[in-house]
Formats: sequence, structure tokens, C-alpha cells
Amino acid sequence: MVRMTGSQILLECLRREGIDTIFGYPGGVVLPLYDTLPEFPELRHILVRHEQGAAHMADGYARASGRIGVCLGTSGPGATNLVTGICTAWMDSTPMLVLTGNVSRTLLGKDGFQEADITGITHSITKHNYLVMKAEDIALAVREAVHIATTGRPGPVHIDIPKDVFQESAEFEWPEQINLRGYKPNTEGHPGMIRRAAELIDQAKKPIIISGHGVIWGDAHNELVELAEKAQIPVITTFLGIGGFPESHTLSYGWLGMHGMFYANRAADNADLVIGVGMRFDDRAMGRFSGFNPGVKIIHIDIDPAEIGKNFPTTVPIVGDAKNVLPRLAAQVHPQSRTEWIKWIDNERELHPSLHIRETRRLLPQYVMRSIYEETEGNATIVTGVGQHQMFAGQHYFYERPRQLISSGGLGTMGFELPGAIGAQVATPDAEVWAICGDGSFQMTLHELAVLVDERLPVKMAIFNNGYLGMVRQWQELFYDRNFVSVAVTQPDFVKLADAYGIRALRVNTKAEVHDAIRIAREYDGPILIDFQVDQEENVWPMVPAGASLSETIEAPEAELAR
Amino acid sequence: MSTTTTSGSRSRQNHTVHTVVAIVEDKPGVLMRVSSLFRRRGFNIESLTVGPTEERGLSRMTIVVDGESAPVEQVEKQLYKLIDVVKVSDLSQEDVVARELALIKVRCNNVNRHELLDIANVFRADIVDMATNSIILQVVGDEDKVDGLIKMCEPYGIRELSRTGRMAMVRGAKSTNVHDKEPEQIAKIHASQGRRVAGELPFSSD
Repeated sequence: MVRMTGSQILLECLRREGIDTIFGYPGGVVLPLYDTLPEFPELRHILVRHEQGAAHMADGYARASGRIGVCLGTSGPGATNLVTGICTAWMDSTPMLVLTGNVSRTLLGKDGFQEADITGITHSITKHNYLVMKAEDIALAVREAVHIATTGRPGPVHIDIPKDVFQESAEFEWPEQINLRGYKPNTEGHPGMIRRAAELIDQAKKPIIISGHGVIWGDAHNELVELAEKAQIPVITTFLGIGGFPESHTLSYGWLGMHGMFYANRAADNADLVIGVGMRFDDRAMGRFSGFNPGVKIIHIDIDPAEIGKNFPTTVPIVGDAKNVLPRLAAQVHPQSRTEWIKWIDNERELHPSLHIRETRRLLPQYVMRSIYEETEGNATIVTGVGQHQMFAGQHYFYERPRQLISSGGLGTMGFELPGAIGAQVATPDAEVWAICGDGSFQMTLHELAVLVDERLPVKMAIFNNGYLGMVRQWQELFYDRNFVSVAVTQPDFVKLADAYGIRALRVNTKAEVHDAIRIAREYDGPILIDFQVDQEENVWPMVPAGASLSETIEAPEAELAR
Repeated sequence: MSTTTTSGSRSRQNHTVHTVVAIVEDKPGVLMRVSSLFRRRGFNIESLTVGPTEERGLSRMTIVVDGESAPVEQVEKQLYKLIDVVKVSDLSQEDVVARELALIKVRCNNVNRHELLDIANVFRADIVDMATNSIILQVVGDEDKVDGLIKMCEPYGIRELSRTGRMAMVRGAKSTNVHDKEPEQIAKIHASQGRRVAGELPFSSD
């Protein structure tokens, strides 16, 4: 055993857990930790400009790589700034380790300078959290935290450490084994349930697979293809499930939900069997619960037992890891052709193509997104903010592999795109990472541009600039009688702004310039920003109005198509 | 003492309540995690009692939850999601012994004191304190019994009332304990962390 300070123990544990990057921001109580950081050159520290950015970067890092992301902040405001990013990770099940400092033990609870009860604040948005009160407890806390964050349904875990615990010395002992008696995720799936599910699939005339984020986190995309092909089951995904099934596959029918493809919503609503894999039947995906496909049978495969039966009664629940369950299910189902059902969906797709981009002189955001798809040949990693541009990124880029679309789906956090893309680029340095930005969304975290310069990260930023908070504008137009309130946003000159940070930038005003600008961005080996001045009043279609069911999906009105 | 059979699920004032027992790690913050979970998910707690168990390091919570506000299955599953919650048992369908303790401070005087003593006697309540103008009754029983005694005391004037809320235990050999199924290797880890293993427990765990 070796005697080490709390700081040393913490960093040594991170090193042993195979962590290579920390996104952080220093401050009073974490100074002892920063003082120790140079002793651990294998830990790369990326200095952010706001702690929210640190959390989103750790999140983007984890989503792009599948490895745990780590972020760090000081006490008080540093810790509370992390909260939005922690909640974003929590809602989308990102494995993340959140580290914060707190005031010294004697000052805890005394409302001292920069004290916040951050474990009290984060307990409902983390899978678990720790307030470590002794240096000797740090190692076990880190071991447990990483184990909890990365197993079962992944999620963020938070460790809060008072300043004097960083400074205190203790014997360091690496806990070889850990056992949490309150935490035993069931990953196998019940054999009896799998058998019943296989029977239901064999009997079904019109089955559909809805594949979610869990297929991506669980690395079960190949297993999913195997099942779908053998039983000839059409596959649609949730928004976060995009990439879990190749969109070029003949059995792929896009994604469902509020702005999903018309035919995907129709298929889900007309199926006689829904097989939900690693998804949670969220309201944005399913529409009004009471209006969804009456009489449908549901097989629900998820690693989190609490998701089963939460929103819909389940016919056959299977608690387990998709990676383990899907092959067993595939082994038991009988090959079928289901040509009639597939033809029915194909026909729906012909009648309601959804992704058609109309001919017009205007610079449509859909056209920009499709052009990025064409120029990057479908190989880029796309990271989005939240709003109309996010939906266009989901609709008009076609994804072939998991982890290719990175977006805040559950919490819908505006400002995710830039820090998320930074995290993704750090995790996958060789990938071509595009941040698809809204002009409103981008302004929430644009200060992280400095990190691109510091770290020389070649992120390509495409701002879909319509001068509005586009999704809010769309809702005010459609559901609030065109009463536009607080929705036009004043912007900086994004080209000059990028220039001020030392980042190259272009502005695109017309359709004719689009492809050239994207080519320039791709050829340039540094970060680059393109300000696309897109049509101001373009809406996202199709749409399931809030509170409506999937059967009430509406397509773009004729009047809009004529614009 | 009443020996009538009680089920963990019962109707009270026209609504159904469920009794859930959670065995939890005895760690700081665990009570907040549990109570906050109920708030967050909109489950209404009727009562919650906490205390140590037969095993060091584990606490037992008996939670009575309003069945209208929450499907008991969701309550159980959400509780299980908390890392510090080791075991959850829904006693709603079980044959249980359910008890609650109440201390009732009742106004009295020399004239009516003996009436209160008679009432206490009928309810098998103990007199745990007596002063010139008040007495404290201690009663143990199911909720209906405690409610009944309170009703009888009301005309005299209740100065103070403290109830523990329901505690419950399944009748017979079946138990909610967690240590008897541990494989040897895991028991060893627990032992190394200062927890007693099954064989060293001060009683037989069947």
C-alpha cells in the first residue's frame, strides 16, 4: 500500500479505469486536484468555457465512442452549471462520471462561499451519487461509480469531494472486487419470455420492430439486423435509435414520432405486433398513448425493468440486454416472408414520401441538410442542437451506423451541438464531425468555440440561420394563431464572430453556393463555420400535433408546398 | 392484542393503500432518495417508518402508499432502481402482522380520569405518564384500533398525538431478509466491508 493524497488517489483511479480525457473547469476547491494533474500526463484535461459545455462534451465523447465520459467542475456555481448537462445525459442514458469539488468538511452545511448542496441537487438526475467524506473512500467510490455508470442501463454518476479530502492523505488500495447488493442488472432475459415472444412473432401478420437508443448503447445493431432479416420484420427507429439499423436496408422504414416519417407512423399504428427494443415508448415517439393502435400486442425488450409497462401494457416483457436477447429470439423465430405487410408499408411510402424536397429558388434547410449528406457521402458524424434543424438533421441525412447521429433527444437541450460535437471529435479524432446548429441553439453555448481553437479540433459547423427560434415559431404559427411572441432572435454576425475566435467562416445566401461551401469546409483541415441563411418560415413536416395520436399525423399543407 | 388476519393491501376511507417494505443500505441520504422518488413520480406516501434490521448496515423501511396514485408494480420497480435499495417486497397480497404505535396525550381531571383508564383498558393501552390535568396513553395495534382509541379520546380533548405509521411483517417463515441467499464469495466481500454474514447472525434465518 502507498500513502497518497485524495487528489492523487482520484486521478490514479481514473487512470486505472482507462479514462483518458477530462472536460473541466478549475475553481477554488478543486485547485488541489488541478495542482496534482501534471503528475498524470496520460489524463488529457480539456479546459472548457462554461461547465455546461464540460458536461455536454463528456456526453458527446461517450455517445461517439461508447466509453464513459468524464467532466469536472468546482463547487457552487461550477457544480450547478453542470446540472443541465447531467440531466441531458440522464435522459438519454449516457455513461458519464461527474466530478465536483465542495467546500471543506468543516464548512459543509454552513452556507460558506461557493457552497451548494450539489449531491442533493443531482440525486434525481443521476443513476447514483456520492459525497466522499474521507480520502480512503475515494477509490471505492470511483470503482463503484464507473461500474454503475457503464453497466445495466447506462447513466451519469456523480462524485462530490470536499476540498480538504483532496488534500488529506490515505493509504491507497485499489478495490479489485466490488459488489453492490442493491444493484444487479438483469442482462440475460427470461428464457420463457423469449420463447413466448418468438411464438408471438411467428403468429403475427403485421409485426414491426421499433428500435431505440438501447440498441446503440448495447452495441446490438448486428443482432437486430439478424432478427429482422430472418423473420422479415420491418424496422423503424425512435429518433435516438437512428443509426441502430442501417437506413439503406430494405427493411428500414425511417423513424417514427412527432416529426417522423408518415409511413413509419402509419406502420406503427397499423401493426398487429410491436417489438420495442431498447426504447421506452416515449410520448414524442408514440403520440397520445390512449390513441395508439388499439389492440396491438407489445413485446418490450429493455434492460431497465421500470420501463416495462410504464406507458403501455406489455404483452411479453423481456428484461435484458438487447445484445443477449436478440440472438436468442432470432434463433427461435421461424423464417417468413410477410410480403403482403411489407408491400402495404411500401405503398404508404409511395403515397406519402415525407422526405421529398420540393423545387424552389429559396434556400431550404432540408436542401442544405441533404447537400451535406451528399457531399459527405453519408459518412459524417452528425451532432445537433435542438429545434427544427435537429429534425431536418434526422430526416435528410441517412445514417448507416450506430453513434453517427448524436443529439439530445430526451431532455431536448438547446446548445448541445457545439460542445457535443467537440466531445465527439475528441473521442473519434479521425471522424468527420459536423455540428448542425440552429441560430438560437448555437447562441446558448457558442463560447465553446474557443475550445476548438485551443485543442485544434476540425469540427465543421453548419448554422441553419433563419433568424427565428424556428420550432417555437412553427408552434406559434400552427397552434397559437400566428401570435409571434419573443421568437425573432437578434444575432451577431456569425462570420465575424468566428473570425474573432480565429476560426474560418463562410456565409451562404443562395442554393447555388451550398455544395461549394460544404466542399470548402471538408477540404479545410481546421474548424470552420458556415452560416447558411436559410428560408425564414420553413416548417418541419410531417407532424403529429401535441396531444394527437400517430394516426393523426399531418403532412405539409398544399399552401406551404406551393411557396 | 388483536390476532385477526390482516392483508397488506386494505381499503381505508374508500381508497386502496399498499404496504411496501424496502431493505436499504444504512447510508446518509437514503431516506431522501426514497422520499424524493415518491415525490418525483407522484406517488403519495401515507406513512413511512424506518429502523434498523437484523443485519448491521441495513435499514428497513415500511412504506404505505396510496394505491390510487401509483401502480404498486411501478413503485417497486422505481425503488429497485435506487442503488441503495437492496430488496423490495410488496406485502399487499401477503398475510401480514401490521402494527402501529401511538402516544396520545389527553386532557383529564379528577372527575373523568377513571373513564379514560377504563377506555385504555378496553383498548389494552398503557398509561405511560400521568399528571393532574393530562395523561399519556400508549397503544399498539393496527390502524383501526388506533383510530378507535383516538375517537374515544377526542371528547376529552387531545392535546398531542404522535403515531409511528405502519410497520408490517409477513407471517410464517417467509422473510424479507437479504443475506441468506448470498454466495460465499459475495458474503466474503461483505464481511471485508464490516457487514455480518448470514452464519454470524444472532438468529436463524431459515
